[in-house]
Amino acid sequence: MEQHTSYSDVLHEDTHGGGTKEVIKVTIILSVLTIIEVVLGFWMIGMEENGFGKHLTKGIIIILMLAKAFYIVGYFMHLKHELRNLIMTIVVPCGLFIWFIIAFLFDGNSFKTLRNTYNPVYKQRTTEKAPATEENKEEKKDEKKPAQE
Amino acid sequence: MATTTATATAAPKYWSGGRSPFNVEYGKLMMWYFLMSDAFTFGAFLIAYGTTRFAANGWPNPNEVFKSYPGGTNAPLVFVSIMTFILIVSSVTMVLAVQAGHEMKKKGVVINLILTIIGGLAFLGCQAWEWTHLHAEGAWWGHNPFLNSNGSIGHQDFTNFFFTITGFHGFHVFSGVVINIIMLIMTLMGVFEKRGHYLMIEKAGLYWHFVDLVWVFVFTCFYLI
Repeated sequence: MEQHTSYSDVLHEDTHGGGTKEVIKVTIILSVLTIIEVVLGFWMIGMEENGFGKHLTKGIIIILMLAKAFYIVGYFMHLKHELRNLIMTIVVPCGLFIWFIIAFLFDGNSFKTLRNTYNPVYKQRTTEKAPATEENKEEKKDEKKPAQE
Repeated sequence: MATTTATATAAPKYWSGGRSPFNVEYGKLMMWYFLMSDAFTFGAFLIAYGTTRFAANGWPNPNEVFKSYPGGTNAPLVFVSIMTFILIVSSVTMVLAVQAGHEMKKKGVVINLILTIIGGLAFLGCQAWEWTHLHAEGAWWGHNPFLNSNGSIGHQDFTNFFFTITGFHGFHVFSGVVINIIMLIMTLMGVFEKRGHYLMIEKAGLYWHFVDLVWVFVFTCFYLI
């Protein structure tokens, strides 16, 4: 009953979406989220390194980042208005990231713990304050190299 | 209306043959899959960065490193926030170009594409300035002049990851600008009008939004956290 020729089927149902109003709404949401992120970034400057407050702020920033990603993919890239079939083929494979992130970050953390436990030289080198003279030497090296090239 | 019929009869309608089960054009579907694979490339880079950071005892403080802007040196986050807004705005103009394409308005497509290209070039200019500035400070692949936040000698991989990941993203922005310029030329020549649809603009738009999406992650991971 329907004609199944190339684009005509696709084109008509593809135009669903909120139109310009939706674009303006999403733009405002993205801008506000970015502003909140930047404000939190400024707020974090004075915080104690590795303190609870800093970790909490970082967590909030990551949640805001994911919200921004949702709005860009869902509305700007129009994925929210596509068919469920298509959404699933895109979103489900991205679930691999959950494993990917957890596994690798745990691995990094475990590597740090092992090195700090069994390699005292490494621990001392990476936690000791850099001597002023060595820092100057390093800077000179870096300044010379581009000049010679 | 279409959504209600789709949910009511989705399974027989889309999987019984005769039409695309995804209801999108082939090229657009493939663009989605390409972007998904690209997301895994960027994801791998960023996760490698995260792993290295979790394995390190010290890491340079981004607010100390990225605090310069053209004409000043003590404003953390300001310059990069401007870059972020440039990219968001160019993404918005791209959406408007896609919408104008749906409505077959050639003029709207041309104007919004030009704005998008300007936004992309502005972003690239900002990034070029930032790279030049950091290079002048002695930072490059293999050189890290910045001390860790705990005062120890800076972690070598800080600059390696920074230049690799922002460089890879910058390359995507560059190719996005090139694609948009090609789309602009094709629109001006009336190719899409003859074809009867502006689906190519949509595919270029998907790519451009993806570039914006990646920047959201790069911005957060490098400059904020």
